[in-house]
Amino acid sequence: MTTLQNSSRRAFVKTGAAVGGGLFSGGLIVGCATMADKGPTALPPSATAPGAMPNAWVKVGTDNAVTIICARAEMGQGVFTSMPMLVAEELEVDITKVRIEMAPAGEPYTNTMLGGQLTGGSTSVREAYDGLRVAGAQARIVLVQAAAERWKVDPSTCSVANAVITGPGGQKLTYGDVAEAASKLTPPKAPKLKDAKDFKIVGKWVTRRDTPAKVDGSAEFGIDVKLPGMLYAALAQCPVIGGKPVSFDGATAKGMPGVTNVVQVGDGVAVVADTYWHARKALETVKIVWNEGAGKSLNSAGINAALKTASEKPGAEFRKLGNFDAGYGAAAKKIEATYELPFLSHAPLEPMNFTADVRKDSCLLYGPTQFQQAAVGTAQAITGLKPEQITMRTTFLGGGFGRRIDFDFIAQAIEISKAVGAPVKLLWSREDDMKHDFYRPTSRHTLTAGLGANGMPTAVKVHLTSPSVTQRLFAAFVKDGVDPFMLEAAVMPYDIPNQLGQVVIHDTGLRVGYWRSVSHALNVFANESFIDELAIAAGKDPVAYRQALLTKEPRYLKVLATAAEKSGWGKPAPAGRSRGVAVMEGYGTYLAMVSEVSVSGKEIKVHRVTIAADVGSMVNANVVAQQIEGSTIFGLSAALFGEITLKDGVVEQGNFNDYPVVRMHESPAIDVHMIASTEKPGGIGEPLTALISPSVGNAVFAATGQRLRKLPFRLA
Amino acid sequence: MTIRFNVNGKAVDVKAEADTPLLWVIRDEVGLTGTKFGCGMALCGACTVHLDGVPVRSCQTPLSAAAGKNVATIEAMASTEIGKRVQAAWVALDVPQCGYCQSGQIMSAVALLTAKPKPTDADIDSAMSGNICRCGTYPRIRAAIQTAAGTKGA
Repeated sequence: MTTLQNSSRRAFVKTGAAVGGGLFSGGLIVGCATMADKGPTALPPSATAPGAMPNAWVKVGTDNAVTIICARAEMGQGVFTSMPMLVAEELEVDITKVRIEMAPAGEPYTNTMLGGQLTGGSTSVREAYDGLRVAGAQARIVLVQAAAERWKVDPSTCSVANAVITGPGGQKLTYGDVAEAASKLTPPKAPKLKDAKDFKIVGKWVTRRDTPAKVDGSAEFGIDVKLPGMLYAALAQCPVIGGKPVSFDGATAKGMPGVTNVVQVGDGVAVVADTYWHARKALETVKIVWNEGAGKSLNSAGINAALKTASEKPGAEFRKLGNFDAGYGAAAKKIEATYELPFLSHAPLEPMNFTADVRKDSCLLYGPTQFQQAAVGTAQAITGLKPEQITMRTTFLGGGFGRRIDFDFIAQAIEISKAVGAPVKLLWSREDDMKHDFYRPTSRHTLTAGLGANGMPTAVKVHLTSPSVTQRLFAAFVKDGVDPFMLEAAVMPYDIPNQLGQVVIHDTGLRVGYWRSVSHALNVFANESFIDELAIAAGKDPVAYRQALLTKEPRYLKVLATAAEKSGWGKPAPAGRSRGVAVMEGYGTYLAMVSEVSVSGKEIKVHRVTIAADVGSMVNANVVAQQIEGSTIFGLSAALFGEITLKDGVVEQGNFNDYPVVRMHESPAIDVHMIASTEKPGGIGEPLTALISPSVGNAVFAATGQRLRKLPFRLA
Repeated sequence: MTIRFNVNGKAVDVKAEADTPLLWVIRDEVGLTGTKFGCGMALCGACTVHLDGVPVRSCQTPLSAAAGKNVATIEAMASTEIGKRVQAAWVALDVPQCGYCQSGQIMSAVALLTAKPKPTDADIDSAMSGNICRCGTYPRIRAAIQTAAGTKGA
C-alpha cells in the first residue's frame, strides 16, 4: 500500500501542477457538454431540458432551469448553499429557485488556497468570495450580451432581474432563451462587481438548500449509492495499523449465501457479496495471516514517554521577539506549565465507504470525499487509466472533519472493483473506522513565562512537540523542521516584549491526519490555559488581564468585551456555577468564549456557552450560526471524552461506548453574538472546536481550584 | 426463508436469513436508504425506525422480530400528522448540517411527541440522548421539537 500511496501522490502532484494556473483565470468553459451530461447530483435530479453552460459554474436549460455548480464537498458546513449564493448574487437569480449540483473533478474547481480540488482548512468561502461572484457576473454579462445582440441594442440599455433580461423597449428574454448564444461569447476577465451595500443575497440569513432532502431521507450519501449490477464489499484490515495480509483462507466464506468473491488487496482481505450483510457475515469466517510490521510494538505509555523525551530537545524556532532569556532572567515571578493532548479519532457518523466501477477503458468513482483530485489520482495509479477516462461523482458527506481528505478507503474500493470486475460499494464498520483512522496528533506543550513586578508578563516561551500530518500528506510544505500547519495560533496574540517559540516534530509511529481546526485545537488549549494561569498568579481578573495585553488588537478587544458583557462576566454566576474565558483568532476569524460550568464530584457539566464572533464579511448568517454551535459541541466531545490509546499496536477504542461523544443531555445552551464587520471573510467551519477546551478548563479552575492541563479533562 | 412484514403501509416479502438486521433489509432489500448505519451496536440511533409505533434501533433488530409487524421509516413521516409537523419544524429551524443522523433524530422525535405531546426539557434529554449528532445540531434539535410541540418559548 505504501507504494500505491506514493504513486498516487505523485499522480496528484502531477495533476496538481497542471491545474496550478488558478481557479478562475480560465473560468469560462464554453460548450462543455460532457460536464453537463455527467453533472453529479447530490439532490434528486429534476428533469432538465437541454441547455448550455455559459461557464464552469452556471448551466442554463432551454426550459430556464438555472443550475449552479458547487465545487466543494458538502459535509455539513453549508457550502452547498453559501457558495452558490455568491454566484447567484451577481447572476441575478433567486437562490431558492436554482438547482445546485456537485462539481465533477476538473481544473476550474481547484481550491487555489490549497492547490488542489480539496475541501478543508475553512477555506471554501474565503477562497471563493471574489471568484464565484466574478463567475456569476461573467455569466450574466454574456447572457445579457446575447439578448442585446438579438435585439440589436447596446447591452448597457438592458436590465436583468430574476433570470429575465429586459431591453430598452420593455422587450423581455429569459436566460433560457439566450443560453446557447451566450455560451459562444467571451466575457470580460474582470467584470465590475456589486458593492457590498447592494447585496441582496450575500450576508443574509438564507435557509440551506440541502435541508429538505436531509429531513425526508432522500439526500444521497456515499453509503446510499447504488449502481446496476453493484456488489457489496466488507474488508478486514490488519488490527495493527500498517500491517499487511500475507495469506488467507476464504473457503468457508466462499460457500456462504450471496458471496461472489474473496480477494486480497493491499490493505487486507475483502469479501464481496450480493448484500452488505452477506459480505460482513462471511468476512468473520475468513482466516488471515498478517504481517503486523513495526506498529506491533506501539503502546500508549511508550508513545507518551517518547513524546516527553522528544520535548526535551530545543527544536526549530518559529517565533523570536526581543530576548526571552534576558526578560525571563529579570522577571519577578516565574511560571512554567506543561499541557498534554491525546490522539483523537474523527468518528464522522457515516463510516468510511466508497463505490468504484473499474472497467477496461473507464472508471467511475462515486462517494464521499473531501479531495476529488486525490481520488482521481489514486484511480489513475491503480488502473493505469487516463484522467479523462475517470469520472468523479461526489455525494453528500456524512461528516468529514478532515478524515475524508485521506483516500485509503477510495484506493481499497478501486482495487476491489478492479479485482472482481464489477461495480463495488465498500463499507467499513464503525470499528474499522475508529481503529483505522488517521488520528489527530497527540501533543505536549511546555510554556514558560516571567512576570514583572506588576504581574504582567515580560517574557514567554512556547515549546511544542507533536507529530506532523503535513510531513505525510504534503511534505513539501515542511521546511527546516517547521510544519506551518502545526503552528496555527501557536504565537500568543498578547503584547509581551520577549517571546520565543520552538517546535519539535516527533513521529510517534501512529499515523496522523488533519482533524477539524488542525493544530488550533492543540495550541489554543495550551496557550489560553496558560494565560489564565498567569492572570491567576498575578491576582488579576482573566478578562481584564487579557484586555491589558490586547490593546493593539481592536478585533480581539471587541469580541472579548462582547462575550464578557453578554455572559454576565464580573457579576455573580448562577448558584453552583463558575465561568471561564478564552479567546483566539483562527482562519481570519476572531472569537471570544465564556463557558459556564458546574462540577459535581468528578463530573463537569457545561451549562451555557457565550460566544462573540467577528468572521469578517459574512456570506450566510444562518450557516455561520450553525457552524459556531456545531463546532463548539464537536470540541466539547474532545474536552470531556475524546482519547485514542494503543495496546500492542492496536487502537483500543472501537465504537461510541468506549469513545463517547457529547449527546443531547450533555449539550450546553449556546448564545452567539455576531460582530458586524466589513473585513475580509474569515473561516468558521473549524475554529471554535479549539476554543471550548480552554474556556471550560478555566471555568473548572474557577470552580474547583484544580488546574487541568491534560485532555480529556479528568478531575482528581 | 421468506419473511413478510409491512414497510410504510406496504406488505413486503423478503428472502433473507432471519437473523439479518432489519437495517440491512430495509436498505439493501427494500431499497429505502433514508435509514442510516452508524455504529451497528445500538449506540448512535442513526438507524432508528418504528416497529409497531415503538422506536427501535434497526441495526440490532433481527428481521425475524419484524415478521407480521408494521415498520415505519423516515420515508413515511410526511404522511403522518406528527411526522409532518416535526419535519416542518426541522426545515423552519434549518436543523441539519451533514444530515446523516437526522433521519434517526426525526424518528426519535416523532416517537417522543407521539407519547408526550408537550415534552419537558428532561423528556427531550431522555428521549433524544440515544441519537448522536457529530455535527452538534442538538440546540436546534431541541428547539425544533419545542416548535413542533408548540412549547417553544413556553
